[in-house]
Amino acid sequence: MSTELATPAPAPSVTGAGAGQARPYAVRLDRVSKSFGSSPRARQQVLDGIGLTVAPGEFVCLLGASGCGKSTLLNLVAGLDHPTSGEVRVPHGRPALMFQDHALFPWLSAGRNVELALKLAGVPRAERRGRAEELLRLVRLPDAYGKRVHQLSGGMRQRVALARSLAQGSRVLLMDEPFAALDAITRDLLHEELTRVWRERELTVLFVTHNVREAVRLGQRVVLLSSRPGRVAREWDVDLPYPRRIEDSGVTSLAREITGHLHEEIVRHARH
Amino acid sequence: MPATDTEDSRRGPRHEPSGFPEPPGQDIGRTAGRTAGGAGGPDDSDEMASGLDALESPVSATAATSRRLLAKAAPPLAAVALVLALWQTAYALNWSATLPSPAAVWGELAGAWSDGTLLPALGHSLLRCLVGFAASAAIGVPLGLLLTRMAPLRTVLGPILSAVQSLPAAALVPVAVIALGNSESAVYAVVLLGAVPSIAVGVTTAVDQIPPLLLRAGRSMGAGGLRGAVHILVPAALPGFVAALRQGWTFGWRALMTAELITATPLPGIGRMLDAGRQGGELSLVLASVVLILAVGVLVESALFSPVERRVLRSRGLASAAGR
Repeated sequence: MSTELATPAPAPSVTGAGAGQARPYAVRLDRVSKSFGSSPRARQQVLDGIGLTVAPGEFVCLLGASGCGKSTLLNLVAGLDHPTSGEVRVPHGRPALMFQDHALFPWLSAGRNVELALKLAGVPRAERRGRAEELLRLVRLPDAYGKRVHQLSGGMRQRVALARSLAQGSRVLLMDEPFAALDAITRDLLHEELTRVWRERELTVLFVTHNVREAVRLGQRVVLLSSRPGRVAREWDVDLPYPRRIEDSGVTSLAREITGHLHEEIVRHARH
Repeated sequence: MPATDTEDSRRGPRHEPSGFPEPPGQDIGRTAGRTAGGAGGPDDSDEMASGLDALESPVSATAATSRRLLAKAAPPLAAVALVLALWQTAYALNWSATLPSPAAVWGELAGAWSDGTLLPALGHSLLRCLVGFAASAAIGVPLGLLLTRMAPLRTVLGPILSAVQSLPAAALVPVAVIALGNSESAVYAVVLLGAVPSIAVGVTTAVDQIPPLLLRAGRSMGAGGLRGAVHILVPAALPGFVAALRQGWTFGWRALMTAELITATPLPGIGRMLDAGRQGGELSLVLASVVLILAVGVLVESALFSPVERRVLRSRGLASAAGR
């Protein structure tokens, strides 16, 4: 597609890296709709005309109440499902996907979990061990290689899951409420870890959450989805410097504004 | 898969992560205080991370090996002693005129051992069961996997397998004998019909019980089709596979004893011994055979399936459910 889309593409970065090239993207959704159910009467539309462009290296948070089709959207981007209409483009190949549950394979050690991802990504056997250890060091788990999944805490499991996602070699990371099941202290720590890894690895992150503060604390851009069907309701650029903290006043005030809009979206459904 | 766009495969300009896109006409958060760093420097969070990890990691305690062995061996030994004591009491009080003493049954076994009939009988029965079990596993496991992949096949074969599974082996022996004669093949046919359905049904159930999230994670990593089966499906279902094989062995062993008892195979077996005792009216020989059948069952269970199952479960953090 060469025509300019109506979706708001992010402006070039302030540093001006790569200025002059055509506006690149890591993920682009063009009028994407998704319905489930075969018969026309039982048909349920989950996503309706989603337009979203994520620039390479950008951190975008998708925010929405239940029923906004967040997980469906990530499935489409991950290539696990196909849109009913519209187009999903991920130019750099299959993105890595992280879930709310760590989804680590319990029959493998932490290191072997990472190595399996490397193997499936086509990394030769001789390099796997070293790469796996390096990735575990990156998520600050240098001693976890031989540990079984059940020997790790919830936060450690999610960090191994992050290392495994990175092992897939994709620069695009899709995250489906990855920290929702963690306690507040661990979640705060993992926010910091994720921000650090995102910057070090120059990742593109599409992060789904229904925690407004989390979205504002992490993302450069927050996209609010409406529910049933999911549509892009509004988006905000988060013009706050990193490192951020969840209790920063900037985070708090923007989160308050976005929460207001989120509530409007939810209340709309009460009248229907 | 999303449409991949090779024309755009050149590396796009990277955002300096701390640089922000200009907000298009929205003035949000501008007035916010730019709190940088604060208390949460990188070193601080590193220490926080390792502190939290240490606090949250489960603490495991292991008992001494000798104590564990004793704890494991004591209950079955106590059970054997209890049965022997009851038996001896019943014999001493003469509860039943035909009941032989434990010593008489032991003498029967010792006699069979010394005149060289025990070992061939035991060997033939074990060999038959091993061969029959191996064949059943070789048929049952692929069959079960095939059923999970092909829904129409499952709707047709599933109920048939369940029906055959509930059929007692004794009902199959006459059919096998009429079809195949008093031969080894008739015995094997009964063992296969006893073990294959149970293994196939067990394998199907094991695959059904894999958490869908693991399969989804595997697919998102590019493990579909055969690679998915090898790296995700089979290891994920392994505990269920072990349980299915264990049940298949039990069913096969029972079916074999029935078949040996009823068919007149030329080669000896424990079932033959049992039948000889029945025809001669020697309860001590019958009980000796029963003891042998039990012993083989317990031995295979505790020396083969139990350790394998425990290992599989322990590596997944499920061992406490199966005892230590």
